[in-house]
Amino acid sequence: MKAHGSVHKYGDNVDTDVIIPARYLNSSDPAELAKNCMEDIDPEFVKRVKPGDIMVANKNFGCGSSREHAPIAIKASGISCVIAETFARIFYRNAINIGLPIIECKEAADEIEAGDEVEIDFDNGMIYDKTKGTEYKGQAFPPFMQEIIKAEGLVNYINQK
Amino acid sequence: MGMTMTQKILAAHSGLDAVEAGQLIEANLDMVLGNDVTTPVAIHEMEKFKNQDVFDKDKIAMVLDHFTPNKDIKSAEHCKCVREYANAHNITNFFDVGEVGIEHALLPEKGLVTAGNVVIGADSHTCTYGALGAFSTGVGSTDMAAGMATGKAWFKVPSAIQFVLTGKPAKWVSGKDIILHIIGLIGVDGALYKSMEFTGDGIQYLSMDDRFTMANMAIEAGGKNGIFPVDDTTLAYIKEHSVKEYTIYEADNDAVYDAVYTIDLSQLKPTVAFPHLPENTKPIDEVGEIKIDQVVIGSCTNGHITDLRIAAEIMRGRKVAKGIRTIIIPATQAIYLQAMEEGLLKIFIEAGAIVSTPTCGPCLGGHMGILAAGERAVATTNRNFVGRMGHVDSEVYLASPAVAAASAITGKISCPCELE
Repeated sequence: MKAHGSVHKYGDNVDTDVIIPARYLNSSDPAELAKNCMEDIDPEFVKRVKPGDIMVANKNFGCGSSREHAPIAIKASGISCVIAETFARIFYRNAINIGLPIIECKEAADEIEAGDEVEIDFDNGMIYDKTKGTEYKGQAFPPFMQEIIKAEGLVNYINQK
Repeated sequence: MGMTMTQKILAAHSGLDAVEAGQLIEANLDMVLGNDVTTPVAIHEMEKFKNQDVFDKDKIAMVLDHFTPNKDIKSAEHCKCVREYANAHNITNFFDVGEVGIEHALLPEKGLVTAGNVVIGADSHTCTYGALGAFSTGVGSTDMAAGMATGKAWFKVPSAIQFVLTGKPAKWVSGKDIILHIIGLIGVDGALYKSMEFTGDGIQYLSMDDRFTMANMAIEAGGKNGIFPVDDTTLAYIKEHSVKEYTIYEADNDAVYDAVYTIDLSQLKPTVAFPHLPENTKPIDEVGEIKIDQVVIGSCTNGHITDLRIAAEIMRGRKVAKGIRTIIIPATQAIYLQAMEEGLLKIFIEAGAIVSTPTCGPCLGGHMGILAAGERAVATTNRNFVGRMGHVDSEVYLASPAVAAASAITGKISCPCELE
């Protein structure tokens, strides 16, 4: 499985309130949530994002509220993968559980810039920055989490057991 | 190798003699919680399971606390969805308007969580019950659904940071000031993936409400859970509120911690977190002149009866400054009633504050006190992220009920000591 797209770049501690503000949590419809994704940190994001694009951020991405609406909104906006130095733990679980690919990689998070064309090979965890000509190896998931990812989410994984 | 308190609870709930940090386990759950924002998503996920039955109708709690009383039509539809599901599946612990309180104040008060339990909740502040000596942690809606269906959840066993609390806090220094100080010390990702285990002789001076406040905000340091040892204060609370069987777990003497911080509570001052992260803390004497527009005293963090008593002590016989909208939200119906019987509500209303029905409301910018562009609030809530209480250009300063009440009187962020 591969992803390929243009990068949207953010800094440290991107919280789930800015990913999807609570004023929109009166809906749980993915398409509707996607319309307001990142609104309080990057009002132009929804206009700029194209299917397949990649989000890159630094430390503690997805901190704060446990709202699963946050990874749902990112996924429904067209983002194919989020790369960060670290993820807040609830966001990490939620992303895996709903089938939003995420990768932890400090070097990639530090060096990749907004607008770079990036390709990701999920089979070997490699990240290629086509604009810069650099490559990075993401942290491997434990086998148990790989099984959830392969099943495309926790519910399918439990159903298959 | 010795185990931390959290590791002992997780081992016992996974049928294992011992666990170590990093190990993946599947733990049996004593309670699975959701609210009106997260439960509709979980119900939607539940519909995808082959088996539609819940694992135990007595071990699921659904609490309609965030956008209730329904703030708009969409919120009303969400609450209706949860209500219909709860009725169809005979969910014992379903709390609707009239019985509802803010979930993390309500569950301990109703005795639904107790020492030694493993609890997950589709709300990040589920870590609150660590105050009772339980392992409890926030998850998302899909984990909630899996918990409802199977009674189990997977965890990576966390390592821990130990906080040794010594000494007696000074007057006007509360659990809120202690946890804000700690978050300022280690940062908003200082405890990422880890347990925050509190210990030391200073704990004897902390009320249960102080401990709930501190465990509640473990998530604001990135923690998986925050946990306190069980002492006489805990046991008195448990006996008053719960008939559930409880188990006391203690950390081994040779338990391994990633880091140990010793904090002399007698040296702490009232502490305020500046926008837009809970780690941006300053002691009250370094705050400077910050004029405010609104004060909120409430939330799962600080809507307890002791919080209201402290606020009333400061507001008694005084008036809030002209133009300061002061919103007081008892966390549960029982706290509301208690505050009424003690005359606290009269003090608040005579001071020019308003008192609301229990709701999470303004804490997450839902309703009941949204800020306009350029406005500032002092709040006893738990997050001061960009846009958290309203407009993206508004500001939230996090503080204790004492500081919030004093600030309402003066119209700027103030130490209650200034009013003495």
